[in-house]
Amino acid sequence: MKRAAIPLPALLLACLLAFAWAGPLLHRVDPDALDLRRIASRSSVANPLGTDESGRDVLARLMAGGRVSLAVATVATAVALVLGTLVGGLAGWRGGWVDGLLMRLTDAAMAVPVLFAALALLSLFGSKPPLLIGIIGATSWMGIARLVRAEVAVLRHSDFVMASRALGRPDSAIFLHHLLPQLVPILTVAASVGVAYAILTESALSYLGLGVQPPRASWGNMLTGAQASLYTAPRLAIWPGVMILLTTLSCNGLGKWLRLRSGWHG
Amino acid sequence: MSGFGFFTRRLVQGLLILWIVTTATFVLMHLAPGGPAMLADPKLGPVERAAIEARLGINLPLPAQYLAWHRNLLAGDLGQSYLYQTPAGQTVLARVPNTLLLAGSALLLSLLIAVPFGIRAGLNPGGPTDRALDLVSFAALSLPTFWYGIVLIMIFAAVGHLLPAGGVATPGLETSVIDRLRHLILPVAVLSLPITAELYRYVRTGIVSVANAPHIPAARAKGLSEREITRKHLLRNALLPILTVIGLQAPMLVGGAAITETVFSWPGMGRLGVEAALGRDYPVVMATTLAVAVAVVGVNIVLDLLYRWFDPRLRIE
Repeated sequence: MKRAAIPLPALLLACLLAFAWAGPLLHRVDPDALDLRRIASRSSVANPLGTDESGRDVLARLMAGGRVSLAVATVATAVALVLGTLVGGLAGWRGGWVDGLLMRLTDAAMAVPVLFAALALLSLFGSKPPLLIGIIGATSWMGIARLVRAEVAVLRHSDFVMASRALGRPDSAIFLHHLLPQLVPILTVAASVGVAYAILTESALSYLGLGVQPPRASWGNMLTGAQASLYTAPRLAIWPGVMILLTTLSCNGLGKWLRLRSGWHG
Repeated sequence: MSGFGFFTRRLVQGLLILWIVTTATFVLMHLAPGGPAMLADPKLGPVERAAIEARLGINLPLPAQYLAWHRNLLAGDLGQSYLYQTPAGQTVLARVPNTLLLAGSALLLSLLIAVPFGIRAGLNPGGPTDRALDLVSFAALSLPTFWYGIVLIMIFAAVGHLLPAGGVATPGLETSVIDRLRHLILPVAVLSLPITAELYRYVRTGIVSVANAPHIPAARAKGLSEREITRKHLLRNALLPILTVIGLQAPMLVGGAAITETVFSWPGMGRLGVEAALGRDYPVVMATTLAVAVAVVGVNIVLDLLYRWFDPRLRIE
């Protein structure tokens, strides 16, 4: 495979980030402002992508929704990375019954139907971004834990770890200074693929009405409104989906590129 | 270990998991702030409020409620739905056939597509078919399924008027098989896409790894034809792990079913669960959660048994 200096997925991702965060500097329209005289209107100078079923500017809502979706997905992925590294690291490092227990726990967590767990929790505790982030993070660390465990279990017996142990360095220092840097390739791949997963989960939950709550925009809940006016204004259903797809494609693509580059096949 | 002993052990494990699920749902239900949506009505006086609480049994001390909840559960009573005023358990069970029809058709279609394509790509890794299918499965796994469903409705129902936009049957045509099949096409296309892509990847990887195993050159050295090697030595070993993969996909299948059912107004268990969650109809939320847990545990036990039946190596210990 050809190796470009800057991979295409990374470029695409940078464009999406710029769209969500720098876009509002060029397009200064309030994403939540209702204009009932302009419901589901076609594109114009004031509203380049038209307005939605409540007369709100679609372009401004795509930007605002992107900020919410990307922020939720990024923080949720960070939660998953920390959990996965802790569980996998501990299991691989300690071995024995700790390993057995933690890996059975991981297996059990993998069998949990994420959507139904999220459904129950979000309906019981109300949908707030921290809970949404917690649920997505707490249901996506298992793959990372398995990868980290396998890597740490091998590294534990390597010469440089033995040497640090012989020098009397505490386990935590060995983990931070010697093991963690070795895990960086795995974790970067897991992070980019994880963001794609988190975006898909967040948008699906928001579409169902259990994620980001209106009037705050997210790419998922924009599609809920769009489906209701599918027969009158089908164009509203296009853009939010395209944004989600571009994000997941670029994140998964970046993950693939990073994996090829590091020569690691997980 | 005898097949019976294995089955009993798996059954006990399964029941233990279900007990953990019921306890967890009970604890969560009582940690949650507020309560049933019908108590949120500000016009309720203290007397009416107490009457509703007594009717729902939420005025008793927690341990008593915990015991009562499990006693009722064993008797098949999961409480009354707050929204529909019907028994929650029966309300959920009535929707199960629709979900089984949707999820079963989707799984069947996924297997019918993923297995032959996975074999084809795995037998010639790096070839044109493999590279093209790698791209297709990559795109399929990046696609938000609910949006894919909305786009299909737009093309085939709103613009094309070729297929119905939702539901299980046209009113008045409930007995027509063709009408039901027409309603099934779009939801199955949506639900099966990510599952097909996942299964395809597992089948392909399985074929590639078995093709590199030492018993394949040994069979070749014995002078067997390539056809026989593929059929007897490669496929038998490579396709068995698919049973495990189906088990791993079970949570994704039920979750995907809930999303698909919502997109297509399909009256299944998943959509019922989503509506119950939105309306804070706790008994129905709990009943759906429990039904899903039973389904996932049950599917995994059945697959374990099938695995032992197909693979004689597992029966010796």
